[in-house]
Amino acid sequence: MPQIVVENLIKTFRIAARAPGLWGSLTGLLKRDFREVRALDHVSFSISRGELVGYIGPNGAGKSTTVKILSGILVPDSGRVSVIGRTPWVDRIDYVRRIGTVFGQRTQLWWDLPVIESFDLLRDIYAISPDKYRASRDELIEVLELRELLDITVRQLSLGQRMRCDLAAALLHGPELLFLDEPTIGLDAESKLAVRELIRKLNKQRGVTVILTTHDMDDIEALCRRVLVISDGRILSDGTLQDLRASVTRERWLTVDLAEGAPIATVADPDAQLIRQEGRRFCLAFDPQQTSVPELIARIARKYPVHDLFVENPPIESIVAQIYAQRAAPAAHGITASGDSKT
Amino acid sequence: MKPYVAILRSRFLTLLQYRAAALAGIGTQLFFGFVRVMIYDGFYRSSSGPHPLTLDQVTTYIWLGQAMLLLAMLDVDKDVAVMIRTGNIAYEMTRPLDLYNLWFARAVSGRAAPLSMRAIPIFVVAGIFLELQKPSSAGAAALFAVSLVGALLLAASLVVLMTISLLWTVSGEGIYRLASPLIFFFSGLVIPLPMFPDWMQQWIAVLPFRALIDTPFRFYLGSFNTTAAVMALLHQYVWIVTLVLLGRLILTRGLRLLAVQGG
Repeated sequence: MPQIVVENLIKTFRIAARAPGLWGSLTGLLKRDFREVRALDHVSFSISRGELVGYIGPNGAGKSTTVKILSGILVPDSGRVSVIGRTPWVDRIDYVRRIGTVFGQRTQLWWDLPVIESFDLLRDIYAISPDKYRASRDELIEVLELRELLDITVRQLSLGQRMRCDLAAALLHGPELLFLDEPTIGLDAESKLAVRELIRKLNKQRGVTVILTTHDMDDIEALCRRVLVISDGRILSDGTLQDLRASVTRERWLTVDLAEGAPIATVADPDAQLIRQEGRRFCLAFDPQQTSVPELIARIARKYPVHDLFVENPPIESIVAQIYAQRAAPAAHGITASGDSKT
Repeated sequence: MKPYVAILRSRFLTLLQYRAAALAGIGTQLFFGFVRVMIYDGFYRSSSGPHPLTLDQVTTYIWLGQAMLLLAMLDVDKDVAVMIRTGNIAYEMTRPLDLYNLWFARAVSGRAAPLSMRAIPIFVVAGIFLELQKPSSAGAAALFAVSLVGALLLAASLVVLMTISLLWTVSGEGIYRLASPLIFFFSGLVIPLPMFPDWMQQWIAVLPFRALIDTPFRFYLGSFNTTAAVMALLHQYVWIVTLVLLGRLILTRGLRLLAVQGG
């Protein structure tokens, strides 16, 4: 029995449109035109307890709308949602007691209060028992290294510090589910690593189910076994990272460093395509099903003074960029569409 | 209840930090109180007809009004206003809190903290130097306290109602301009309500606003007999319940709008 079931979710927003200029403003007083924007169009998926799922898509694809519906904020036009056996927007107060949410763009702490007082207030809001609160708080302070931040008011925290505190705030009441909307946005490299580490730990040790939306593909690669791709309100792909990759391209990249002192020529091979050159470093794309990797490497090593070389998968960014690009012309590569019945 | 009491307490303590604003307020309110008392002093000296209140009573009424000014000077909750304008209000829904109760708790602390910081010093200064009389009896003092609590709750319910209107009007400037002079005038803050002409009294008596200022002050002066006292408290608390229920109803509709349109 999956923990989260989403079926045929549809959500349309009405946006007031106004013709530009003075005339537009005047006519707008008398008659408002509304444009309908379909944010979610038959979205379906299901997620089991303990999964860590990445939810990605270009801006305006419907990621945040989905997360807002799942966290009880928005009511969809139609469709069914069942999370831990409940419908989020019905019995909202009881429901949100059992989930945790972090929205990267915004803090859930109180600007004027020191961090520790924010935590105490959350204890009262979520009615956490004193023993449980103490244990949970101390553990989070330990793991997120918040000890020096506790007496500082939230407004004075740096973004990275604030995000760590926000994560702690979302977890104090021991939620079974965690919705993270761009939790690493704007963070420096070190803070990103710390946040990722915590998410991984939570998922592994406490078995918390996590849905993570992000634009940072490193987050996805570091954390998520399963990735949902949404674009224009439809789920384009649902599967593991490897599936996602395979669905777009079989391509591999071979990077070749030429030896010092050798004349810089171009590196070329009939079965591979040069996609990038930086000084003595050449990057070639090839299809491992057309040409065997050892043969390609041997051929290149014979022809050129090679200092070093390695084979890798194209970075997930370029895969995702290709998926987004294909949304205008789907079907070209036979994406593993799931639940998305286009009519 | 507990979460809302915790929020109320925390916000009350936070707001107590704004001491400079309180100090400025005390200065202004003492000055204007002084001017108003002098005006009434002039009136009373120049007229010989019967007065609804004695000069001592008017003076006391005015000083109480200067001390409790914030009970009738109501405006929308500025923090909530920003949240509504930016759409962040949606995120408030991820907390296991009833939004009306949350805003009500905020409104109570938002009134109570600055009010007590201004009222207590003015009360002391006016009591010692400026002829603010003591309550007419111990019973009057007790009833004054009870109706003061009622006035605070009523003020909070009005603040929340004004705040809720932002879900439709967004800016809040309009509702403030519209509501605040009405409340100010009909609470008794500008002219003590007993001095209004007879034909207006019946309307003033029905409106909720007199319960913010006039009702507690009349208890203080001891001007109610038993029936009038019961009626006054009843008037106050019936209005509190009515406005709270009304606010809840409107908020539910507003939130439906929010849930449909998004943050």
